[in-house]
Amino acid sequence: MDRDRVETVGLRWLRRLVIAGFLLVTAFPFYYMLVLSVRPIERLLLDPGALVVGLGELTVSTYAEVLKATEDGGQGFLAFIGNSGLVAVAATVLTLIVAIPGAYAVSRLRFFGRRQVDFLFLAVYLFPSIVIAIPLFVVFTRAGLRGSLFGLVLVYISQTLPVSVYMLKNYFETIPVSLEESAAIDGAGRIGIIRRVSLPLAAPSIMAVALYDFMIAWNEFLFALLFLVDKPHRWTVSLGLAQLADGVEVPKTVLMAGSVVLTLPIVLLFFASERLLTEGLTAGAEKG
Amino acid sequence: MTTTAPGTGRSPTRERPAGRARRRPLTLRRRESRAGLALVAPTLLVVVAVIGIPIVWTVVLAFQRVRLATLRRTGLFGEFTLDNIDRVLHTPGFADTLVTTLIYSVGSTAGSIALGLVAALVVRRPFRGRTLVRASMLLPYVAPVVAMTFVWQVMLDPQLGVVNHWGQRLLGWDAPVPFLSQQSTALATVIAFETWRYFPFAFLFLLARLQAVPGELEEAARVDGATPTQRFRHILLPQLMPVIALLGVLRFIMTFNKFDDVYLLTGGAAGTEVVSVRVYEFLTARTDIGAAAAQAVVLAVVLVVFVLIYLRFFGRRVE
Repeated sequence: MDRDRVETVGLRWLRRLVIAGFLLVTAFPFYYMLVLSVRPIERLLLDPGALVVGLGELTVSTYAEVLKATEDGGQGFLAFIGNSGLVAVAATVLTLIVAIPGAYAVSRLRFFGRRQVDFLFLAVYLFPSIVIAIPLFVVFTRAGLRGSLFGLVLVYISQTLPVSVYMLKNYFETIPVSLEESAAIDGAGRIGIIRRVSLPLAAPSIMAVALYDFMIAWNEFLFALLFLVDKPHRWTVSLGLAQLADGVEVPKTVLMAGSVVLTLPIVLLFFASERLLTEGLTAGAEKG
Repeated sequence: MTTTAPGTGRSPTRERPAGRARRRPLTLRRRESRAGLALVAPTLLVVVAVIGIPIVWTVVLAFQRVRLATLRRTGLFGEFTLDNIDRVLHTPGFADTLVTTLIYSVGSTAGSIALGLVAALVVRRPFRGRTLVRASMLLPYVAPVVAMTFVWQVMLDPQLGVVNHWGQRLLGWDAPVPFLSQQSTALATVIAFETWRYFPFAFLFLLARLQAVPGELEEAARVDGATPTQRFRHILLPQLMPVIALLGVLRFIMTFNKFDDVYLLTGGAAGTEVVSVRVYEFLTARTDIGAAAAQAVVLAVVLVVFVLIYLRFFGRRVE
């Protein structure tokens, strides 16, 4: 047997093994989280190695404890979900309102400083958020915005804006200029062109950007911690979960239930959007 | 020179009666320029207000004596002092923190790129269930960091963690290993976590580049008798090098600044204190804003220096 044959066959098996390994390593923590969240803590202490839940020991009391309001002896995660949802949706919508015209301008219009904008965004994207956090902490403390969800939304917009503009810009550049020119000849103004031609064509990419913004805002931790930590009723899910872990002895199973509550919306969104994205991106634009 | 957009045919400023010069219509090019600035203005405004000004302000704060308690009395341009910088550089543990940050960044960057490369290579060709495998590989990256750190904490827990349970059962460990709380393993564990969480980022970039490599190249090499490993070494790897170099910069910068992961996993204990966690400690626990800002400025300067050194060596590849 020559070397080529040995390598080809060997690598084929190695590849299958590696794929299985990756699946195990990436998916196992999620599975483990789910399993722990529905086991009673006493069972976990007795047998920490078990990886399947018997039907008999299945419990949802952990979720009840996590979700119930604090007045009812729970951890109040329902309210946190409301806060996180509010902040993430507001940040997403506002980011899009600001980013779409900006991205359009950068991709289509020649104006003074257009080339510098790209560089500025890259620099902003890579700049340490902890550096920005200090003065924002100071300003927000002074302006009374610390502890308000509005301040948090403002920060999230600035955090997601560079990447949003970048992704949208790339997409706008793939739309043929001729489409816009024909609309212009038909008498449409600049705003009309953006609204009637560019936006509908860019819908899939706008959707993708919206999902990205939502995920960033939902997952964010540092700024929520800095700004909201004194105001328990305004906590986001991320912050609430982190505080739960720091607080008085909370069973690990309850902690895992909280983790599932935090993770589930993102994972569902991610799997739902995977298909939408591939379908949206392959749709043709210019015909005839 | 009148600049008209190509294709307009005639200049809109054909005739200009004297005295009405100020009302002449704008050329298309100038209208375009105005529209462009108007549309990009909100973006710039947000970026400058929420990011640009704070960055400048951090530098100013770094040279002022500011504490949270005295905040309301301190003006923007109070007296300047080098105390903070001096204090930051001479507080015990500063050098250790910097070294830790460096090991952490380099280790996580190298780890996530290597793992991402392997992942991209194995899912390059179509197979049944590929979409699912690819999606699952992206999971660690999209999932919330708080939840992921807690799952790792529980998995690695010495009493009820699954890793220690099976480690003792199958691998014959004598005693449970407190991965995240003992000096000898904590930093390595944190790096492993970063590698696990961020390999999808490298994976995405590398997979996209791999799929753009023309099939004929590899085919030609195969006909010439190159084995799979030779084809990887001499055909694919050179094609991937620019992306790997770029990923190196991006991941290094991002990891160097990272706060959440270390803070949530260990809180900076057991020899894992990185600079951003230290900045946070100064800002909140000691409420010493001046020192925190000075620390942050040092972080940014060190980062810029490293990136410049890197670009000096790999600059041409990154292009």
